Amino acid sequence: MTTRHSSSGIHPRLWWRLLLLVPIVATLWVPWYNHREPTFIGIPFLYWYLLLWVPLSSVCSAVVYFKTRDLA
Amino acid sequence: MQWSTLIVFLVLFVFVTALGFIAAHWRKGDLNQLHEWGLGGRRFGTLVTWFLMGGDLYTAYTFIAVPALVFGAGAIGFFAVPYTIVAYPIVFAVLPRLWYVAHKHNYVTGADFVRGRYDSPLLALLVALTGILATMPYIALQLVGMEVVISALGFPMSGWAADLPLLVAFVILAAFTYTSGLRAPALIAIVKDSLVYITVIAAVVIIPMQLGGFGKIFAAVPPAKVLLAVPTGQSLGMYSAFATLALGSALALFVYPHVLTGVLAAKNPRTLTRNMAFLPAYSLVLGLLALLGFMALAVGVDKVPQYAPFFKQYANNFAVPALLMHSFPGWFVGVGFAAIVIGALVPAAIMSIAASNLWTRSIYRAYINPSCTEAQEASQAKLASLVVKFGALVFVLIMPATYAIQFQLLGGIWIIQILPALVFGLYTRWFHRYALALGWLGGMGVGTLIAAHLKFASSIYPLHAFGYAIPGYAALYSLILNIAIAVVLTVVLRLLGVAGGQDQTVPGDYHATRPA
Repeated sequence: MTTRHSSSGIHPRLWWRLLLLVPIVATLWVPWYNHREPTFIGIPFLYWYLLLWVPLSSVCSAVVYFKTRDLA
Repeated sequence: MQWSTLIVFLVLFVFVTALGFIAAHWRKGDLNQLHEWGLGGRRFGTLVTWFLMGGDLYTAYTFIAVPALVFGAGAIGFFAVPYTIVAYPIVFAVLPRLWYVAHKHNYVTGADFVRGRYDSPLLALLVALTGILATMPYIALQLVGMEVVISALGFPMSGWAADLPLLVAFVILAAFTYTSGLRAPALIAIVKDSLVYITVIAAVVIIPMQLGGFGKIFAAVPPAKVLLAVPTGQSLGMYSAFATLALGSALALFVYPHVLTGVLAAKNPRTLTRNMAFLPAYSLVLGLLALLGFMALAVGVDKVPQYAPFFKQYANNFAVPALLMHSFPGWFVGVGFAAIVIGALVPAAIMSIAASNLWTRSIYRAYINPSCTEAQEASQAKLASLVVKFGALVFVLIMPATYAIQFQLLGGIWIIQILPALVFGLYTRWFHRYALALGWLGGMGVGTLIAAHLKFASSIYPLHAFGYAIPGYAALYSLILNIAIAVVLTVVLRLLGVAGGQDQTVPGDYHATRPA
């Protein structure tokens, strides 16, 4: 087994952690979603887009968890 | 007020109170030891950690403050959704390191870690004091939430009798926290979440049906409130305010003492990271509750004559209670109100426990009685949990509460200042301890001045730079100043050769030990 902080640097699978940045960027860059259209069951885009990112961020966290759980 | 509301509410409240006292016997440990009383013996598994962290993250903030902001100010209030989305990945990446190092060295608080890492009682003291101070307005927000709902149950709103129900709730909270420690809110959180989910699901299904669908609801909202104001040639408008509120709140969240308590009470780091995939379920609830603000606008609850005195007293914070009373039969209003009040009690208990852990470990034992026994330590923590709650009452009395969310935003401005010492410290010893202390001083001073300049009624400061006005959350601006000071002074102090202190930890303490 490799140590996480071996002399060769970080473990390659820890790069999966970059996936954690995706929900952060997607929900903080306001110009992408400050629109009324398209609406979903009458809810403006701004609101359903951000709500949709809740399960999507879960998925990102879950992927990183399964890819790195034996390293953490 | 209807009797059915009051009876359902009281039954649920008495049940939860009993649970709070019974919790002392749950997974029994010696409650005269600080890590048993204040961290539940560090034995909470995935499910209890989930309820516990949900219990302290989703609070009167979620039920009262955020919908109130949406009701009063529109889209900007929805920043709470990206805030909670952004927070988890950060926690995921950072806090397992704290768990490992804290477990290795028996640190109970963030201040314990800072003291060991930087060999600096001063820096640890600043971290501890900041934690205690910032927790008070956050607990105050919980008290405001309870007050609003209890008044809606029909108790008088003025005179000495007005304060009585809140006082009773407050005393019960204090009493079960004192006897059962962290076990009480952990157990109650399970009941609380059930009530919350029932209320929220009913509300987001039934109320839109009553109002003719979301299309009609948003059509009834003034257009200026539906979207964020677009940037102009001179100002970034609401865009920067929205994004900085979300990011600043997320960065502040995970250095709050009560969040660190939840982290350290987990039995292992995998329990934590696994939870980061499940915790967003609470964000969904938060987002749906925020939409209740628009539903309240569409109904026009503030124009219903019978609610007028409540809006006069509690301003926008009354939006959700009014909407529930307007839309549901009496008994179900009782369920919803119980969800809100218990949802405020749980985090208030956890927050006061966290603040008292800080007091005991990082101030009492470090400065006042270094040779104290374990029993003395635990009894100090129990007393401190009472003092912190009274501090919170002071904030309720002195701060304007047009938007209850201001309490939490003010707490954020303060708590975020310990981020460089705590979080950067998990990764590097490069920063100099005195540079961090002076950075803290700068951030704390400027952040508080901005809040005072805005008369504690707003946390958005219009920074002028490059010919633009960039309205943003004061916590983030003051944090940037804090970091800048810390970087510059670290370079200076190193050049001057000022001693940096002895590091108690080694790199291997920050992750799992595994065979080479």
